[in-house]
Amino acid sequence: MSQTLNLTLKIWRQEGPNAKGSFESYQANNIPDDASFLEMLDIVNESLIENNQVPIEFPHDCREGICGTCGVMINGRAHGQEIGTATCQLHMRKFNDGDTIVIEPWRAAAFPVVKDLVVDRSPLDKIVEAGGYITAPTGSAPDANEMPIPKDVAESSMDAAACIGCGACVAACPNSAGQLFTSAKLWHLNSLPQGQAERYKRTEEMVETMEQYFGSCTNHGECKEACPKEISLDFIAEMNKDYMKSKVKNRKKAGQK
Amino acid sequence: MLLNSKVPTGPMAEKWEKHKFDIKLVNPANKRKFKIIVVGTGLAGASASATLAELGYNVSAFTFHDSPRRAHSIAAQGGINAAKNYQNDGDSVHRLFYDTVKGGDYRSREANVHRLAEVSVNIIDQAASQGVPFAREYGGLLANRSFGGAQVSRTFYARGQTGQQLLLGAYQQMMRQVHEGKVTLHTQTEMLDLVTKDGEACGIICRDLITGEITSHSAHAVVLATGGYGNVFYLSTNAMACNTTAAWRAHRKGAYFANPSYTQIHPTCIPASDEFQSKLTLMSESLRNDGRIWVPRSKDETRSAGSIPEAERYYYLEEKYPAFGNLVPRDVASRNAKTVVDAGHGVGPLKNGVYLDFADAIKRDGRDAIEGRYGNLFDMYERITGEDPYSVPMRIYPASHYTMGGLWVDYNLMTTIPGLYAAGEANFSDHGANRLGASALMQGLADGYFVLPYTIGDSLAPKLGSDPVPTDDPVFKEATADVEDRLTRFLAIGGSRSPEYFHRELGKIVWENIGMARNRSGLEKAISEITALREEYWQDVRILGNNESLNQSLEKAGRVADFFELGELMARDALDRNESCGGHFREESQTDEGEALRDDENYSHVSAWEWNGIDTPQTKHKEELAFEEVPLTQRSYK
Amino acid sequence: MTTPIVTTNNTMAKNSAATPLRSKPKQLPFPLNLYQTAVGKKWVMAVTGLMLVGFVFAHMVGNLKLYLGVVTHHGERIYDADVYAEFLRNLLVPIFPETVFLWILRLGLLAAVVLHIHSAYALTRMNINSNDRYESKRDWLAANFASRTMRYSGTIVLFYILFHIADLTLGLIPGYDWHHGAVQSNVVGSLSNPIVAAFYLVANVLLTVHIFHGIYSMFRSLGLNNPAFDKIRQGAAAGISGLILLGNVSFPIAVLTGVVDYDVCAEGVTASEENSCVIEESHDAA
Repeated sequence: MSQTLNLTLKIWRQEGPNAKGSFESYQANNIPDDASFLEMLDIVNESLIENNQVPIEFPHDCREGICGTCGVMINGRAHGQEIGTATCQLHMRKFNDGDTIVIEPWRAAAFPVVKDLVVDRSPLDKIVEAGGYITAPTGSAPDANEMPIPKDVAESSMDAAACIGCGACVAACPNSAGQLFTSAKLWHLNSLPQGQAERYKRTEEMVETMEQYFGSCTNHGECKEACPKEISLDFIAEMNKDYMKSKVKNRKKAGQK
Repeated sequence: MLLNSKVPTGPMAEKWEKHKFDIKLVNPANKRKFKIIVVGTGLAGASASATLAELGYNVSAFTFHDSPRRAHSIAAQGGINAAKNYQNDGDSVHRLFYDTVKGGDYRSREANVHRLAEVSVNIIDQAASQGVPFAREYGGLLANRSFGGAQVSRTFYARGQTGQQLLLGAYQQMMRQVHEGKVTLHTQTEMLDLVTKDGEACGIICRDLITGEITSHSAHAVVLATGGYGNVFYLSTNAMACNTTAAWRAHRKGAYFANPSYTQIHPTCIPASDEFQSKLTLMSESLRNDGRIWVPRSKDETRSAGSIPEAERYYYLEEKYPAFGNLVPRDVASRNAKTVVDAGHGVGPLKNGVYLDFADAIKRDGRDAIEGRYGNLFDMYERITGEDPYSVPMRIYPASHYTMGGLWVDYNLMTTIPGLYAAGEANFSDHGANRLGASALMQGLADGYFVLPYTIGDSLAPKLGSDPVPTDDPVFKEATADVEDRLTRFLAIGGSRSPEYFHRELGKIVWENIGMARNRSGLEKAISEITALREEYWQDVRILGNNESLNQSLEKAGRVADFFELGELMARDALDRNESCGGHFREESQTDEGEALRDDENYSHVSAWEWNGIDTPQTKHKEELAFEEVPLTQRSYK
Repeated sequence: MTTPIVTTNNTMAKNSAATPLRSKPKQLPFPLNLYQTAVGKKWVMAVTGLMLVGFVFAHMVGNLKLYLGVVTHHGERIYDADVYAEFLRNLLVPIFPETVFLWILRLGLLAAVVLHIHSAYALTRMNINSNDRYESKRDWLAANFASRTMRYSGTIVLFYILFHIADLTLGLIPGYDWHHGAVQSNVVGSLSNPIVAAFYLVANVLLTVHIFHGIYSMFRSLGLNNPAFDKIRQGAAAGISGLILLGNVSFPIAVLTGVVDYDVCAEGVTASEENSCVIEESHDAA
């Protein structure tokens, strides 16, 4: 039978983007240890509503660690203390009765707080918009088997493509850098034969867009620890290489003005 | 109005080609004169937005998420079917078509399904060219695996995250169009009503989820790609925000809702552990490739799974269905699980599950091979339950997963409201009464990439030269006022219970009575209980906060309200259909072996329901189904 | 007549906060445009850092000559450290006049220092602007003391370097007899002052911490992530910085304990112009 926990929660409340926020304290009692972290917040919200108090807004959707919507700082760690686990996948059996849990939204200049624990992460979409795609208009594709992809390349690309776009990397980074996110998307596409035609243009555009919103990477490595998909730091090195190449290669072909 | 499916004449294999030639085209230079609204940015919505924009149309895409990539398509695990026959095992467009019609228990429109099978091959090509990292063999060519309901290996996959990768491909393609300026993307904007003028769709009313602002948007055509209504069960594999509102609002404005009782219960989900449970997590059907499903023969079994000898294990699917074994279609697997658990053989602390055991597969192929195939799924299971599936069997139980029902659409994917289209799970789709595994991804992308971009021209071409209805037209003002009133009303009710509470209660009624097994008295009970609960809701729901900032309770309020109405229709549809087919199982209509017994003579039709206002039940319209190519048989997976 | 529908260029939702923190600068010609981005600045920081680490390592190795004491060089008895100093001044003579090549090396180092500091400054500012302060305490998993204090250790090391040059190269710090080119004498004189020795020790510990993260970080910044490097990366960082630490820290300790000493009357050392000593009977070292 599952145990229950009594916890003290310190949760950031903020009424709107321009409001000053602060930590509020809540008691979460009789939380079953089979419950997920977000289910615990649901339970707290239900009791707030019962007491006519405005419930806590927090980001969530799929509750299975794949959509990337959820994400808060839990006791100073993005997505909490379990490696490779998104906030929604964290279960209360990882906590102890009597624990105090501090819950704060992602903080970065590019992620303004919308309300309570919800932040705006649209710069991540801006980076994808700048080049995170392969130009392949519908209907023009050759047979899928015409471009064989070595198995290990496909696996490596999938490793990079596994990024869920949650922004934990930015939130965890002391520099609020966006390298892990950007490099994962870059490697996903740049490593594939299909991505070669636009490889250098993509790298340039995405890196330069990334730098408009985020800080610079100084290799703390904190991002990978926070990442629910454990995206590798190697992709950052690949991005650094590709960026240099994209600047160095004289991309004007012979004869072009 | 009379339902005209607009299925082209001629031989099945030529209908779609012929149709593409016969329907009206919009000249490339004229496409930029048209504006199209696409609501929803999942597989169907993103692929449609991207493709329509590539063609030259001006597209406005709407999602209520903070990014298009949050759509629940992202969670699909197992794979996508296509009739490529790379495995040389006898697959073909015809076989995929046949398997899908049969898997749908002969309740789908053959022509739609054939088209689906035809374009399935193009989808794989498109996805590969976008950089979707499908699994590959050592020589670099695409790998396949098999899925439930098929005897060929035709499923393409990207680890256990195929939906994610396909959605990212479509999302990225759409973002390219955003970059080009061809798609205007509205995030955190929820459609709360459809606007029609003179019976034609002309736009939508939206609410900005951050500021509460209500806005009007008009277009020459509106596409709803807003997903399914599985969350009516409250506990489902859907994401928390998934809802039926966009489709339901369209229904209330005149779009017929077809076959709402065709809901799919997925057999392999993690069983609920308590009252607080907010959703049920899907364990991909691909697990059934290697896992063996069993329950202890003894009802009072207390031993751990590992200590139960083979002879005392009831491998019920393998015993009952030798030909398909653990790979029987979902409805068959789900019903059988319910049967054994109801009979008292359930496992787990609440005895509400069955075992999905990998011990034999690990012994046969080695742990590394199993980890390579299912690693992320096993990790997911362990996170949620705290149990290690490499050493103890997984516990699974069926849960609501997909809805075959949805807005009625014709061969052009247009609803009964001219100018309103529905794509993906939002439409009543090509799956009939039961969807095969790995075909939802196929259908969403087929609709978005290869069907809608062609068929939408047919209704647009005659509109060349006219502008969309301006947003200051009275119809927009009226619709805006309605939406604002509803929101104000929710905030003013000031009752005693949260929308969550009501949703949970509704879910219980729906699961009990309109779930895996239905009967007359249960359905009648459901109708009256849901109606009563709905009325209580409008008196007693408590929505705190305001409409000027992010307010997830207020968002939920509207969605739950619409679920009540849908739940009632589901029960009515199930009551009306006195047969069992696919995901709709009426206890009164079963074979001696407990399989679904269809009544083809009386029920070989689509039930399309027309809204008559809140106080009058919907009117049923029939679309008769004829099966020219696939002979009607009793589905057997023995 | 109908007008074509015009779409706006800014097609992200109005309600998204996607306003950039900084705009894309106008592109300078290659290769200056590289330096305009953070990624490019990190390349420059890595390359200049590599040059500086190379210098520090070579400098430490060269300073080990302090332990060799007096040697016979061209018939003279002279401290090996002073021989080495003279050698450096005569590098690539007669291709270049005396000290010219040394100055070329010094200017190279100066350029490296300037670029290293400028890129560090620019990136630090960028990072500070990109941050939003956490109100609750952070629990670091990977960011270690070394990585989180680079800007501080670097600044203190910079001040130490300025002091060190002012002290030993330019002779501006009072407290002992400084003579141009008299390495052994100057070093012993300077480090005999416990305050200077303490500053030197602290600075070198911080330098080690700085280099440790710097070497580790350099691999990734230069795109060197071949799995073969992975194994040696942390080892290389620890090894090189460890050696530098051991070497550099030994010098003030050796001076304060008398292991390294300047004694013009010992072993028949040729006296320099300002001192004199009765030359002892020569030993076997002749």
